[in-house]
Amino acid sequence: MLDPYIESILIFSGINVILALSLYLPVSAGLLSLGQGGFMAIGAYVSGYMTSVLGWPFAVALIAGGVSAGIVGLLVGLPSLRIKGVYLIIMTMGFGEIVRVFFLNFEPTGAASGMGGIPTETTLPIVVGVTVLVLLMCFQIRGSRIGRALEAVREDELAAEVIGINLTRIKVAIFGLGAAVAGIGGGLFAHYATFIDPGQFGFQRSAEIFIMVVLGGMGNFLGATVGALVVTILPEVLRVGDMQEWRMTFFGVLLVIIMIVRPMGLIGVRR
Amino acid sequence: MNAAVSPVLEARALSRRFGGYFAVAEMNLTVDKRSIHAVIGPNGAGKTTLFNLITGVLPPTMGDILVEGTQVAGSRPDRIARLGVVRTFQGVRLFPSMSALENVLVGRFCRTRGGYLAAFTRIPGKAGVTEAASRRRAEELLERVGLASRRHMRASELALADQRRLEIARALATDPQLLLLDEPVAGMNPVEVQEAGELFKSLRDEGITILLTEHHMSLVMAISDQITVMSYGRKIAEGTPEVIQRDPQVLAAYLGSEATS
Repeated sequence: MLDPYIESILIFSGINVILALSLYLPVSAGLLSLGQGGFMAIGAYVSGYMTSVLGWPFAVALIAGGVSAGIVGLLVGLPSLRIKGVYLIIMTMGFGEIVRVFFLNFEPTGAASGMGGIPTETTLPIVVGVTVLVLLMCFQIRGSRIGRALEAVREDELAAEVIGINLTRIKVAIFGLGAAVAGIGGGLFAHYATFIDPGQFGFQRSAEIFIMVVLGGMGNFLGATVGALVVTILPEVLRVGDMQEWRMTFFGVLLVIIMIVRPMGLIGVRR
Repeated sequence: MNAAVSPVLEARALSRRFGGYFAVAEMNLTVDKRSIHAVIGPNGAGKTTLFNLITGVLPPTMGDILVEGTQVAGSRPDRIARLGVVRTFQGVRLFPSMSALENVLVGRFCRTRGGYLAAFTRIPGKAGVTEAASRRRAEELLERVGLASRRHMRASELALADQRRLEIARALATDPQLLLLDEPVAGMNPVEVQEAGELFKSLRDEGITILLTEHHMSLVMAISDQITVMSYGRKIAEGTPEVIQRDPQVLAAYLGSEATS
């Protein structure tokens, strides 16, 4: 049997890789989001409610959570057509906050006291399986007709538009897909933690996902993957000796050093 | 020129105002099929604004734009592109970190199908039917503009003349009826200008209509079927190169009125 501590790190690594990829997808079309925690919350609450209250099977609940987050993502993605760069980041931050405050006040899912009693369904093999599927999806998009269009939109929107690429469809679709992946990540998280409350999906979470992608490199899905692994595993590795209280400080210093040495991310290159 | 040919593009009373200034004013323009039509004029005459209006980059303040009879004034650029009107930019806008081949492949996007589902279900490393056809077409176009040997170079690493050629190849990949070229030979040496002129003529002979702006007068005079002269947003003359070269108003606009007196 695997040591439970190691197993939990591996499960969180997988979930974080999924969340980082959920942000990489819109980033691949030039859309930055600091609201992935909000989509994660929707997936976590929807799937958690379905299994714990309605008694639905885990697989169905997980997919329903992803679909719900994806639909909300499509709706949030629509304004993203008019808003660019920093302004889009602020809009998505606002969205993430709206979701957190919504669940903070929503009685059916426990409001501020959180939602407990979610069955433990997320196991290491399931997390590994979903992570591999999401990675495969990113791999398949890259280099496909649609993947090239996404890249073109990121590189030069106007040039893409004048050769017949519908920016609305491309941007909204990839934003929705990213949101759906974040929702699935949230569902996996809920069924491992078994207790969720709105605070777990706030700005801190969104920022963490953002850091993973920037740290790993925004030009490549492997960058997001490596970034997620570093952000998950590095603080655990620093958990040695008598320096426990200082480990997050060391972690912060290491992040600063990595960004100075490799400003384009650990896996900075496009391919 | 056959007088019976239908126009591929017609602009009627087209105007664009920026504040109190008309960059394009009451422009009427008819571009015949299978012709090379040049729009010339001093800097600031409104040529690039005219191109922005025709391709939907800017909405017109007033007036109509008809592509083969279909009203497109105020349409989005991607819709206009799908109707067959595609442009290049004066300042070359490629996808810099993508290879030359990929740049041209993106041009095939609006003429091919296949969304996320098609992407997920493809067999890695093996091109599907559509993808293989797109690749063949892109390779042909790169060959055509003389970039076959540099197809795996990043667009940003190409020389300026090659970047301009690549932008034309990318536009051609969308199967355009009307190709708008905004100063396509700016920054090219005489040999490259010559080659570009030959390319434009061969494209016209294959049925692609070309509307271009250019300051390189000997090229314009050598290849154009029709020339429209703009000054301060208005059309001041139109006709064949022979007619334009003798037009006193054109000479005045370019050289100042004293030169003609």
